Amino acid sequence: MNFPFLRKCCTRFIFGVSILLFLSASFFLNPEPAHAIPAFARKYGLPCSACHISWPELNNFGQVFRDNGYQMMNDRDSPITRDASYFPATIRITPQWHRESANNQFIDNSPGTPEDGQHPGTLTTTGFDLSGLDMWFAGTLFKNISFSVLPSSDSFANFHFENAFVRFDNLLHTSWLNFKVGKFELDLPVSEKRLLTLSGDGGFYYIYHFEPFNDTNPFGGIGDNQIGVELMGHNSNSYTRYAFSVLSSNDGGVGFLYGVPPSPGESGNPAGRTYDYYGHFEQGFNTFGSGFMKVGAYAYFGWAPTFFQTSGGTPIYGRGNQPFYRAGAEWKWYFNKFLFKSVYLHGYDNAALANFGMGATPPPSPLPVGAQAAVWNGGFIEGQYIISPQWVIIGRYEMIRVAQQPNTENPKDLGNLDAFTIASRWNPFMFSRAGLALQQEYSWVRSRGITNQGGGFGTPCPTSACNVSSSSLLFGVDFDF
Amino acid sequence: MIRHKRTATLRTLIQLAGFALALSGVAYAQDTGAHVGGLTGNPEVGKRLYRRFCVGCHGVEGNGEGENAQWIDPRPRDFVEATFRWRSTPTGTLPTDQDLYDTITRGVVDTLMPTWRPLAPQARVDLLAYIKTFSPKWKTQKAGTPITVPAEPPETIESVLHGRQLFDQMQCWKCHGPEGRGDGQSAPTLTDDKGLPIKPYNFHDGTHFRCGETNQDLYKIFMTGLDGTPMPSFADSLKPNDAWDLVHFLRTLQPLVNSKSRDEWEAYMKSHSNEIKPMGGAAGGQ
Repeated sequence: MNFPFLRKCCTRFIFGVSILLFLSASFFLNPEPAHAIPAFARKYGLPCSACHISWPELNNFGQVFRDNGYQMMNDRDSPITRDASYFPATIRITPQWHRESANNQFIDNSPGTPEDGQHPGTLTTTGFDLSGLDMWFAGTLFKNISFSVLPSSDSFANFHFENAFVRFDNLLHTSWLNFKVGKFELDLPVSEKRLLTLSGDGGFYYIYHFEPFNDTNPFGGIGDNQIGVELMGHNSNSYTRYAFSVLSSNDGGVGFLYGVPPSPGESGNPAGRTYDYYGHFEQGFNTFGSGFMKVGAYAYFGWAPTFFQTSGGTPIYGRGNQPFYRAGAEWKWYFNKFLFKSVYLHGYDNAALANFGMGATPPPSPLPVGAQAAVWNGGFIEGQYIISPQWVIIGRYEMIRVAQQPNTENPKDLGNLDAFTIASRWNPFMFSRAGLALQQEYSWVRSRGITNQGGGFGTPCPTSACNVSSSSLLFGVDFDF
Repeated sequence: MIRHKRTATLRTLIQLAGFALALSGVAYAQDTGAHVGGLTGNPEVGKRLYRRFCVGCHGVEGNGEGENAQWIDPRPRDFVEATFRWRSTPTGTLPTDQDLYDTITRGVVDTLMPTWRPLAPQARVDLLAYIKTFSPKWKTQKAGTPITVPAEPPETIESVLHGRQLFDQMQCWKCHGPEGRGDGQSAPTLTDDKGLPIKPYNFHDGTHFRCGETNQDLYKIFMTGLDGTPMPSFADSLKPNDAWDLVHFLRTLQPLVNSKSRDEWEAYMKSHSNEIKPMGGAAGGQ
């Protein structure tokens, strides 16, 4: 008997059947074309792939469209050129099955009675679920006046304004002057709102939100949409771009509150009365073949309060504002079927902010023993292989290293982070009426030493047993209508 | 024996790699027939780009019957028929690669064809190479020789007056209307070569023409015609200076364009209103 031959045949058979099942499932999941359509594709009759590498991530054509204020600049941009029934709206949600797992978690020895002691263990949950919901309205109010309103909810339908702005485009008849006012995504090197990965551990860029363990700066990160004004400009193909923003120092909060209230009905903390500044510049170059490369730099300088002015004991506004910054560089290369992106970030939080952000009133003086500024470096590299306009494979590795802990007592590697994500995103159809993508994704992240913090399983933590590793596995149907 | 098998496998792999290299070499060595500047288009790359960007309107077969075509006015270009409007070549001939490249780059204003300047120049030439695979015309015919655009004479009142006279004599107003609003008496009956209704250009609404924005672009429209439309070529009936006079007159019909000659012309009109006869015998007009 030729066992190796049989084994090879069996392997090929199983592989073939798997592919067949996958394709069959994909075929039967392919729905009938919808009659309503996403906002811009409907307006201009272009397939999703014209503006997106895979929706929602923009390619350069889509970037130019966005930079022009959601305009093609073909004298058909103003709503007056459209049928009166045209309404620029789209909704997006992702029904999914996912598995979330994290090790070194505190588990009660006796369920319901934590006072009986706890032991480290792995928590794993699985099941069907929903993502949050985006209801996006965007387009032009008039030629060269564009807008966007995006009420967004979590999976419990608690809504907030993810963005809401008006933009005056091509001021003085030049693409170098565009002025935006409202709440919006910063002009980041790589947009997090248009990320192609969706899972619990892989659905965001860690560097855009990271702070060292126990750092008390309330700023949620440059990945959060901020509220203020933006001056932005670009050349005709958006190879050269700049953006400069002046923002309220409140992490995108409204009602003079800092950030989004923790839950509906809660008021949250009041914000300070300072302003933050963000700038970004990038330059593109044609490379050999039809590829091109972009390099750039960005910086965010901000302030956050460390205590509150009160009236009758009630916090009125933040005081004792202390500085922080995030700065870095980017490199992106689009070549043939490949796309590589990498972003570097350097973060700094003032010592008072890192140890006493949004603290009690009055602030402690002096600062706790060992308090110092927090400093860290991080970055990610992401590769995409574009099999076709309908199918893209994504892989990403992200790394953050704390250079200086908020307190000298902390272990040097406390909170250091490594994350890895791989995903496949396949659109069974690609046209101008709706978007549907079948997403398969696995992500894994490890944070060093954080289990031990807070008096867990012994102090100091002796081994890597204190690291927390978590993973997400997701199979989702992401659709946009 | 095992070593022999491994050697054979290695040899096969090397042969396959060599074959693949040879194939790719052949592919790149071929003249794909699309050249712009120093760039040569690769139709294979162009096909991928076409499927991403163009297929929704122009269709998989390139026949202008993409899924959105039914909603689009004017309809997307049919690359199989290969009748192109925006050319620098005489009527009835194929456009140059540069003409097609310019159209892709510029887009077609007041239509759903956007500018594709965001694509790298090589990508646009690759697209062009693929577009040329749709019609056999590109294998049997050569592109026409671009017409010569002589130097533009100065814009003067005399030039505009003569241009207006030509506009009247050649009955341009029948389609474009006496005021150039695209509302001439023949306008409702006009169709393209596919029998679809087509509107004459309205000079009052636009600053750009669909093939550009300069006086040279407008000159080329008269002299090459817009193939596939009722707009003929006047190369046989208009002398170059006459064509320039017509250009100067048509510029006075565009209130959105900053034009010294139009300002002078309007002042002249006010002071000579009694001497200027209505266009085509119609009441009104300039």
